[in-house]
Amino acid sequence: MNKMISIIIDGKEINAEEGRALLWVALENDIFIPNLCAIKEKARPSASCRLCFVEIEGHPRPVTSCTQTVADGMVVKTRTPEVDRLVTTAFELLLSDHRLGCSKCPKNKACALQRIAKERKLKLKPKRLNKFVKDYPIDDSVDVFVLDRNRCVLCGRCVWADHHIAKVGAIGFSQRGIKRKVSTFGDKLLSDSSCIQCGECVKVCPVGALSFKENHKDKV
Amino acid sequence: MSDKKLQVEKKYLDIKTKAEEIIPLKEDKTVVMVGTATCGKAAGAIDVREAFKEEIKKRELNAEVVEVGCIGHCYAEPLIVISKPGFPSLCYGNVDEGLSKMLVENYLEGDDPCYEFALVALEPNEEFPTFTDFPRGAYEGKIILEQCGLIDPEDINQYISVDGYHALVNALGMEPGEVIETIKESKLRGRGGAGFPTGKKWEFCANAKDPVKYVICNADEGDPGAFMDRSILESNPHQVIEGLIICGYAVGASDGFIYVRSEYPQAVRRINAALEQAREIGLLGENILDTGFNFDIEVFLGSGAFVCGEETALINSMEGKTGMPRHRPPYPAEVGFRGNPTIINNVKTLSYVPHILLKGVDWFKGIGTPDSPGTAVFALVGKVENTGLVEVPMGTTLRSLVYDVGGGIRNEKEFKAVQIGGPSGGCLPESALDLPIDFDSLQEAGAIMGSGGLVVLDENDCMVEIARFFLDFTQKESCGKCTFCRLGTKHMLDILKEITIGQGKRKHLEILGELALDIQNGSLCGLGKTAPNPVLTTLRYFMDEYEEHIQGRRCPALMCPELINFYIVPKKCSKLCSACVGSCPVEAIYTREDGLKAIDLEKCVKCNSCPAACPPEYDAIIKVSPPERVEELEKENA
Repeated sequence: MNKMISIIIDGKEINAEEGRALLWVALENDIFIPNLCAIKEKARPSASCRLCFVEIEGHPRPVTSCTQTVADGMVVKTRTPEVDRLVTTAFELLLSDHRLGCSKCPKNKACALQRIAKERKLKLKPKRLNKFVKDYPIDDSVDVFVLDRNRCVLCGRCVWADHHIAKVGAIGFSQRGIKRKVSTFGDKLLSDSSCIQCGECVKVCPVGALSFKENHKDKV
Repeated sequence: MSDKKLQVEKKYLDIKTKAEEIIPLKEDKTVVMVGTATCGKAAGAIDVREAFKEEIKKRELNAEVVEVGCIGHCYAEPLIVISKPGFPSLCYGNVDEGLSKMLVENYLEGDDPCYEFALVALEPNEEFPTFTDFPRGAYEGKIILEQCGLIDPEDINQYISVDGYHALVNALGMEPGEVIETIKESKLRGRGGAGFPTGKKWEFCANAKDPVKYVICNADEGDPGAFMDRSILESNPHQVIEGLIICGYAVGASDGFIYVRSEYPQAVRRINAALEQAREIGLLGENILDTGFNFDIEVFLGSGAFVCGEETALINSMEGKTGMPRHRPPYPAEVGFRGNPTIINNVKTLSYVPHILLKGVDWFKGIGTPDSPGTAVFALVGKVENTGLVEVPMGTTLRSLVYDVGGGIRNEKEFKAVQIGGPSGGCLPESALDLPIDFDSLQEAGAIMGSGGLVVLDENDCMVEIARFFLDFTQKESCGKCTFCRLGTKHMLDILKEITIGQGKRKHLEILGELALDIQNGSLCGLGKTAPNPVLTTLRYFMDEYEEHIQGRRCPALMCPELINFYIVPKKCSKLCSACVGSCPVEAIYTREDGLKAIDLEKCVKCNSCPAACPPEYDAIIKVSPPERVEELEKENA
């Protein structure tokens, strides 16, 4: 274990192990920082969701807290106008590409997007940006779970779980840019892939893109 | 001089003496140099080369045809240089097979250099002007392009005969730390775009603990309109290789890579040939020049993704992963390729290295500005008279680049802007023309040096459309990993599209500005961070054009198809002519009862063919905006 150091987040003094990622130190001390793509066990964070911005004294601009390791005496603010602006825009961008209809979503009330909206007082239906129309067919070809890409936020947690927890390699990212999506090799149905239906990917999905079929019963 | 230094010097002298023996002496043989870089080839250089060979053979002359790279005068391709004993070396432009045959007959066989077809002489003489007698030559100061187009890139001896690999010898005679110190002192800044101090980067890497280090030359040139890296690799590959070997020696690496896109087959061929030759004479491989330094270079072919020019994406691509960026820090100089400390330098950056070691730090710092010494290479394209690859000292103003080096705006049109730095760069207006160009001044103005693409725009270019064009490129090239770039650029592009078709709203401008700033501050990698630059600069300098599109539903530059219509002015049109009728691909032009022509707007696809077809003595077809203006004109002319 590294030596313990002390940092200040939002005025609160916190003891933490030197070298750990700021995001996890904050979350473990009940300080909420929005995040979707962060995985504690992953050595090098993907830093792709761009939600965990904070301001650190000495840095000219907000930085992502998942990529920042804590150092003694660090002074962090999780809410400043600059941070809020970036988080709001990132959140609105993600929502502009996310199929809503929470009441019909198996993740309703357990959804990371809903949590962020509540904590940061953000709207789930922002008016500033147009909504992109996504119409991916829902893949319910396997017995245990359903993959609905229209609700996917491309955080990559499922892909990581599939590769590092389940060690199966049934899914990965395909395409690029706006077409980027989670898919099986050759973009086949899950039932035609090497998926073993272990459900590890479903457990880590922060939104309603991957859900167990048993949670669907009271929906639709 | 130390023993080590003496020893390598001696070894180099042997190589140089041998090289000079092999090269045909210019004094007793006529040499025809044909520029066969990709640009020359596209313009017909292969036919020219064959015509010369054929004609020389037919006439049984003592002359040799060699292939060289590009001298950067794109507007006059195909270009050749003829060196005949007793005459100054002469360069001819726009050469075709006919001219080739004529030159062989009149100049090679006879003694008439056909001055009327010559472009310029390469050495001072009493007969014909040289480059320095033209404004462009007076403003240019070539360092890394100096030998391009004048030596055979496929012959290492020619490079050695112009002091090639001498800098490597100098470097090997020094301690690696001294080499880094020299580069640091020279204040050389990375030419990939951001301008990070090269010596500092090397120092980070050299100080990293890991014993295995890599050096990579980034030749993944992806900016539309930029072609200097290709040209250097095709015209003088040894210069880059020498720079990379020195870099490897300085940081303590024994493996180097050149990451070049596979769309540059000619460059790849020439690099591979150059590497082979360097290995043969012991400049690459085990125990280079008996100094105990081992270093070799491998070529890695990229698949042509723009984002792979970003260093962390480049590393992923080389490791066999998807070409997507990672978060920095850690920077590649500490954790790079295969997790080891890695230097990634642009082709141009590495090209300066041999020159600095050979001519000294003071010489280099004497060129350019104090904070950005050296030269800047620009691919000067667009609405400028003399397009080409130009190399000017840093601190040269945009005005002298456009008007002196480029010869001004084509067709006597009015200058509107320069788009500098490619899709990550920005559009600078006339008020910025007197800006001395260097890394910092451009950043302040909202653009970046970037790859050095410089597109000149005139009064007929719509700035909203230009912003849309470049954003369309970055949006398509976004890898999709991070939220801001993936979704933000798409939203910006959608808004710009709406504005260019006349559906823009006032609130759009506000959203565009907000999104642009957030994408700039929030994106993961350099592609996303710089993608909004074309939008931000056009909003800053050309707001009036945006407003015209939104308020007046008109495109002031008459460029956006949805906001214009074509109209044939009856007073100018002639009954005797029907050039426009035939040019129209959709038969939208008809003959009126009085014999004059008119356009059926329902059918018109606004392809721009008819104004081009209308003979200049009539010049009867005009574009109008907003499109409804046609109805008013019809009433006026009824």
